[in-house]
Amino acid sequence: MEASLSDAALVARCRTGDEGAWAELVNRFSRYVYAIATKGFGLRADDAEDVFQEVFARTYQHLDRLRDDEAIRPWIAQLTRRLSIDKIRAGSREQLSDDEIEPPDLDDTFDRLDDALAVREALGELSETCQEILDRFFARDESYQTIGETLEIPSGTIASRISRCLAKLREIFEGRNSAAEPS
Amino acid sequence: MTETFRYDEETLAALLRALPPAPEGWVRAAQELPRSRRELDDIVARAVADEAFRTALIEDLERALSDVGYEPSLLPLEELRRRLSSDH
Repeated sequence: MEASLSDAALVARCRTGDEGAWAELVNRFSRYVYAIATKGFGLRADDAEDVFQEVFARTYQHLDRLRDDEAIRPWIAQLTRRLSIDKIRAGSREQLSDDEIEPPDLDDTFDRLDDALAVREALGELSETCQEILDRFFARDESYQTIGETLEIPSGTIASRISRCLAKLREIFEGRNSAAEPS
Repeated sequence: MTETFRYDEETLAALLRALPPAPEGWVRAAQELPRSRRELDDIVARAVADEAFRTALIEDLERALSDVGYEPSLLPLEELRRRLSSDH
């Protein structure tokens, strides 16, 4: 049920102590935080893990003090950015400014990850099988054979299923965004 | 987001690739924060009330926790160390 909640509604549930809602919040933003730390800032795995855990620890602690529940995503993005910069600075011998630490294309990376998060939301409207196939093939980089064995689908049909599922995802994604466009 | 919101399948595939899953253990640890926070509070309260337990924690934190049934790998140990030293 939590998966269908808006970000604001999910935050409100978390604030009441609903541990299922908190688990969903972590699930919803875990890839986003991970990608900012590892792709945006190129942190090594151990540093990225520290940042990842600290982001969610601070989010949990600050749930009562968020000014705008709907803005949890940009709030988490900026927190991950700040903690990644601090992590890099702590590991450097030189005194580096934020500008020296931030990759020059960071804003582009954030825009791209925001788009990617929107695509993942649209993915949630596909059938369970389509979600699994697309996620396993593109995000988890699994082979046709592995996907076929895991989902008990003939591996020879995976390519055509990916194509059909992508086409459906495109319909859903464009439909959502057309509805959001100003008339 | 682009102005036209027209994404072809290739672009959608690239965006799906842009968000690989975080390691499962990281996600699980973050999801268990409410429980680990409760345990942390219990441990600190017990350390305040029981000087022998507090001494054992300071000498060998992970062993002392294991001895009383906690799983140290599921607890925020650095924060626990900070709280034990600040509550002194």
